[in-house]
Amino acid sequence: MAKGESKVGAARPPAPGPSDGAESRIPNADVPAGGFVQLLTPDGDHVDSVTAADGTTYSVDFTDEEYRGLYRDMVTVRRLDAEATALQRQGELGIWASLLGQEAAQVGSGRALRTQDMAFPTYREHGVLYCRGIDPIMPFGLFRGVDQGAWDPNEFKVNMYTIVIGAQTLHATGYAMGINMDGKTGTDDGEAVIAYFGDGASSQGDVNEAFIWSAVFNAPMVFFCQNNQYAISEPLERQTRIPLYQRAAGFGFPGVRVDGNDVLASYAVTRHALDRARNGEGPTLVEAYTYRMGAHTTTDDPTRYRIASEVESWKAKDPIARFRAFLGKQTLADEAFFAEVDAQANEVALNLRERVLEMPDPKPLSLFDNVYPNGSPHLDAQRDQMAQYLDSFEGSAH
Amino acid sequence: MATETLTMGKALNRGLRRALEDDSKVVIMGEDVGKLGGVFRITDGLQKDFGEDRVIDTPLAESGIIGTAVGLAIRGYRPICEIQFDGFVYPAYDQIVSQVAKMHYRSQGRLRIPMVIRIPFGGGIGAVEHHSESPEAYFAHTAGLKVVSCGSPQDAYTMIRQAIASDDPIVFFEPKRRYHEKGVVELDTPLSAAEPLHASRVVRPGTDATILAYGPMVRTALDAAQAAAEDGRNLEVIDLRTLSPLDLGPVFESVRRTGRAVVVHEAPGNLGLGAEIAARVTEECFYSLESPVLRVTGYDTPYPAARVEEEYLPDLDRVLDAVDRAFGW
Repeated sequence: MAKGESKVGAARPPAPGPSDGAESRIPNADVPAGGFVQLLTPDGDHVDSVTAADGTTYSVDFTDEEYRGLYRDMVTVRRLDAEATALQRQGELGIWASLLGQEAAQVGSGRALRTQDMAFPTYREHGVLYCRGIDPIMPFGLFRGVDQGAWDPNEFKVNMYTIVIGAQTLHATGYAMGINMDGKTGTDDGEAVIAYFGDGASSQGDVNEAFIWSAVFNAPMVFFCQNNQYAISEPLERQTRIPLYQRAAGFGFPGVRVDGNDVLASYAVTRHALDRARNGEGPTLVEAYTYRMGAHTTTDDPTRYRIASEVESWKAKDPIARFRAFLGKQTLADEAFFAEVDAQANEVALNLRERVLEMPDPKPLSLFDNVYPNGSPHLDAQRDQMAQYLDSFEGSAH
Repeated sequence: MATETLTMGKALNRGLRRALEDDSKVVIMGEDVGKLGGVFRITDGLQKDFGEDRVIDTPLAESGIIGTAVGLAIRGYRPICEIQFDGFVYPAYDQIVSQVAKMHYRSQGRLRIPMVIRIPFGGGIGAVEHHSESPEAYFAHTAGLKVVSCGSPQDAYTMIRQAIASDDPIVFFEPKRRYHEKGVVELDTPLSAAEPLHASRVVRPGTDATILAYGPMVRTALDAAQAAAEDGRNLEVIDLRTLSPLDLGPVFESVRRTGRAVVVHEAPGNLGLGAEIAARVTEECFYSLESPVLRVTGYDTPYPAARVEEEYLPDLDRVLDAVDRAFGW
């Protein structure tokens, strides 16, 4: 949908070495030390462009309809997320990893992907999947416990969810090396890869190895780190002594911090990084500075490790509220539009609920399916043994 | 039919070369596999002939080798990863066990990871710590992986090509102390006409006891059988070849005839391949057994310093000692 472009564009090579985030022109007490790229303040005030310390100027150029579309995306993924949390509380999902508070980072980056781009999510990127046009029910098999992913990454251009923290960044990097080997970089219609991970994952060896591999092989990679301030209970200070985006400098590629609660800036920064990658200019680390408004997952109790006033201060920076304020101030939308979006999101969520409840449990013997592409006589024998065992029960129909 | 006398190392090299020639999606990745040709020279000359995009010298990080190979496989490539030594595979263990092994299952068959992970393994070369280990049971225990080991130059040449052609993820254990041993290799037999990859094979027929071995211990078992023959005992030797899944049909058939079985491997005995084999032979051949299934293995210690490794490793005498015990039961 979106046509937003960095006005600098990918043709301009990045400044070598570290970048220093961005100097926002808007005075804002909530900006982290070192700054970040922000196009939309928490009050919904929009600046046309912002220039980062490395000289890159970020802006967007959306149509009115596209602006409204971003709002609809964020409202819908938040509503779906709320429905999922409710389903878990009602015993219909085993667990849910909520994206609450991270809608702008996910919708901004997700909409920045071009059709040919490939995404490697963690287990929380429901908003990114939604932006790829994927039926929102797709990840629910995993959380309901009826499958473990069960989709073809190449069909949807999104890898299956990866639960082991950071492992997917290496998969993304290898995939991106394959793009280079296929000769699909170096042009405006080249391919690029985005790997999602979090502040906790930044401590993992795999993530650091992925940085090294991407750098030395000049892989068309965007490392999109949603710094939501917590790795379950551990705050950012337990993972790093410097802002995460500055890590990129040591690996030899640009790092940029963006206001992850600003969908416009998240879009602009991601699109620019993806376009650099597809043009053969190598990897970028994007640190989307955001906040996990909810629990790590439905098993977590965040009141044990953070105070209410902190959560309240982030509510004032809510990604959807600020975008709604922006649409109102710019007279891009009215109350009737907001009501219609809420109603439609509600409808999508209720439809999802119905279909989740209808997901069938897998048959017992299916646990033997697809262990090996070429099968295994040993497993065939075990399957037969299990079938005989099940048959030994009266009335068995497995 | 073209035959050549090749070392096992050279046979592997020829097999890899054939695979690179036959399929443009095959790539080799690892530490020092390019200009150097690998520390054992198994990939000698391949980068020169196939280029740096197909024989890739990687950064020195094993998890990165396997993790990026997963991504290449998703992209449609068929990566062959070289782990330089057995004891260096553990940084990649998570990627192998949690990702390589489970992607096909996780996707309900929609995704295949046709990867071969080559690991030179085992001792007997006088190496320092971490260079002589036998970690095959860790991988054989993991569903989703297949595990094989070659025991002769012919098998090295054929099995590496079969492993690369297979869509299953395969951990391929190469007996590094046998790299320099020579054998006649038939080079042109089509893969379809060769012995299947996941099949064990009788390599020496016999009547009195069955010796089961794989990788470096195949030679040891054959030598033991030769020595036993001079004492009038006729031992049958089976090269297991495939460690997961095990192909025990020929083993059961043999043990039912001989009534005695001895499993030999370098890896520690505790919860090793021999334990699984003993359990299954006992289940299937209970009434044919004249003695319990015995094991000749490395001891349940860390791999020792090189000057004492000959005491640690199974050898001809320890195999014959176990045979004696089987007969004395």
